Amino acid sequence: MKISIQINEGPYQHQASDTAYQFAKAAIKKGHEIFRVFFYHDGVNNASRFTIPPQDDRNIVNQWAELGIKNANSEPELVVCIAAALRRGMLDESEASKNGIDGNNIHPAFRISGLGQLIEAGIQSDRLVVFGD
Amino acid sequence: MAIKKFMYLNRRSSFGTVYAIESLEVVLVAAAFDQDVSLAFIDDGVYQIIEGQNTNGIGMKNFSKTFHALGDYEINKLYVSAESLEERGLSADDLMPLVYEDEDDNWVEKSSVKVVSNAEISKIMSKQDVCFSF
Repeated sequence: MKISIQINEGPYQHQASDTAYQFAKAAIKKGHEIFRVFFYHDGVNNASRFTIPPQDDRNIVNQWAELGIKNANSEPELVVCIAAALRRGMLDESEASKNGIDGNNIHPAFRISGLGQLIEAGIQSDRLVVFGD
Repeated sequence: MAIKKFMYLNRRSSFGTVYAIESLEVVLVAAAFDQDVSLAFIDDGVYQIIEGQNTNGIGMKNFSKTFHALGDYEINKLYVSAESLEERGLSADDLMPLVYEDEDDNWVEKSSVKVVSNAEISKIMSKQDVCFSF
């Protein structure tokens, strides 16, 4: 089955991203395809490459990155909503330079894109599973 | 591209958290995809379409006027929970008069808002392909 995931809450504060990760991992193991993971609301904070949890805790960002969810063109399908990301100070290189900001924090296993990608995921997938409150 | 039935479930009030405005942003983008779109307002979500919202004094953007644009994007199925209204001492008269022009009926202006029971909303939900919950 082709599955897409929407994550609406940030890491550590809320278990949504952890549960979604466990779900994605289990689905892949069962032979399902994860078409796209879309990060919205505070969920965009799951893409920060500056995340440093204590050593005895899980690194949620790296866990997602290691799942390596990509499309046929090897582009990441961990997609961060651009509007939600920018208003929360989450920038990739291109948005940083466009906005004259001297740094960027989106992990390279993720990419920034528009809300259309969420709708497209809903259209293309057999199931869209939402994690959040 | 196949047309799917998308429902947006709005469960929270306009302000206090970001969910309501960011849900509306998704709905507006979705309009460009020519899908079958409906919205449901339940629990505190009914406050999102209350008439006469005023954000002077809280420094927040009053986005409630944007709901009036939905009709122009052919988003005209807005279901409001009768129980949620009643629990909050509200009625259909407290809601914004959201309308659309029916192209199949000589562009007559019709109401987009339907107050229905939770049982009815649950029935409508079960017919959807995709349910977003905000």
